Amino acid sequence: MEIPYTVELRRDTGLNNGKIGIWLFLASEVMLFGALFASYILIRTGAPSWPRGDTILDVPLATFNTIVLIGSSVTMVMAWASLMRRRFGTYRIYMGATILLGFVFLVVKYFEYTHKFHDGLFPSSNNFLAIYFTLTGLHMLHVFGGMVVNAYFWGPGAKLWKTNPAWFTNRVEHSGLFWHFVDLVWIFLFPTLYLL
Amino acid sequence: MTSDHAAMTSDHAVDIDKHVRVYITVFVALMILTIVTVAISRLHLSVPIAVTVALLVAIIKGSLVACYFMHLISEKKLIYAVLTLTAFFFAALLALPVFTHSNGYWIE
Repeated sequence: MEIPYTVELRRDTGLNNGKIGIWLFLASEVMLFGALFASYILIRTGAPSWPRGDTILDVPLATFNTIVLIGSSVTMVMAWASLMRRRFGTYRIYMGATILLGFVFLVVKYFEYTHKFHDGLFPSSNNFLAIYFTLTGLHMLHVFGGMVVNAYFWGPGAKLWKTNPAWFTNRVEHSGLFWHFVDLVWIFLFPTLYLL
Repeated sequence: MTSDHAAMTSDHAVDIDKHVRVYITVFVALMILTIVTVAISRLHLSVPIAVTVALLVAIIKGSLVACYFMHLISEKKLIYAVLTLTAFFFAALLALPVFTHSNGYWIE
């Protein structure tokens, strides 16, 4: 059975089903991170004192990671633009760069985490570290998930380009929407945890 | 313009070229704003001012990503409707701590 509305637009919504699906998923993701941000506000405002993030965390590393993640958003959107221009080879380069930048982000986070553990700083140490590890840990899982999907579209999933290029282009656009969302979350996490 | 209109015409190619130029401009703006975010934190402003400024810069950066990379600037009404509902509930969620008592509980 053929999946309906993968390329053609529904008359009632003016969208393909994949686009609606990913936006509804992102709406649920907003609420997931929103709940944790609300927890952060509650814990911080209820605490008698709260440390500045830059006294505990590594701001230069996090700044580097911010640049890496924003860069990966650009390569992601350029991958989609390459498909729109029917340049599959260029798409592969940009998508590969996106996956690589995601990997760099995770490696930097690994060094940040191990440095904290080496200093005896764990989620159980205090409320600041509990919320730091929870928020950044969940974000890292999202980066990893996005990388898996992107790797699929870089490798085996790219076979669809030969048989249905418009559908493949839509799929890459939808995985890009998730990747940009992950970037967007980090844009708020970075000042909230590291700089304030 | 989205991939829904994947038919490749010369007009379409010009459109995509314009989009690519916008992506590069947005990337440069995001880099500058990241430096601004870090620079402002070095000023050691009072907490309320620092929070306001940092969130303001983050909102500008987030809006750039959402509007241009996620193409929200030219989306269909249904997507805007979904996001309006999401924004309402997100705001309600963030407002919850404001309505709690100073001891952190709903009841004094």
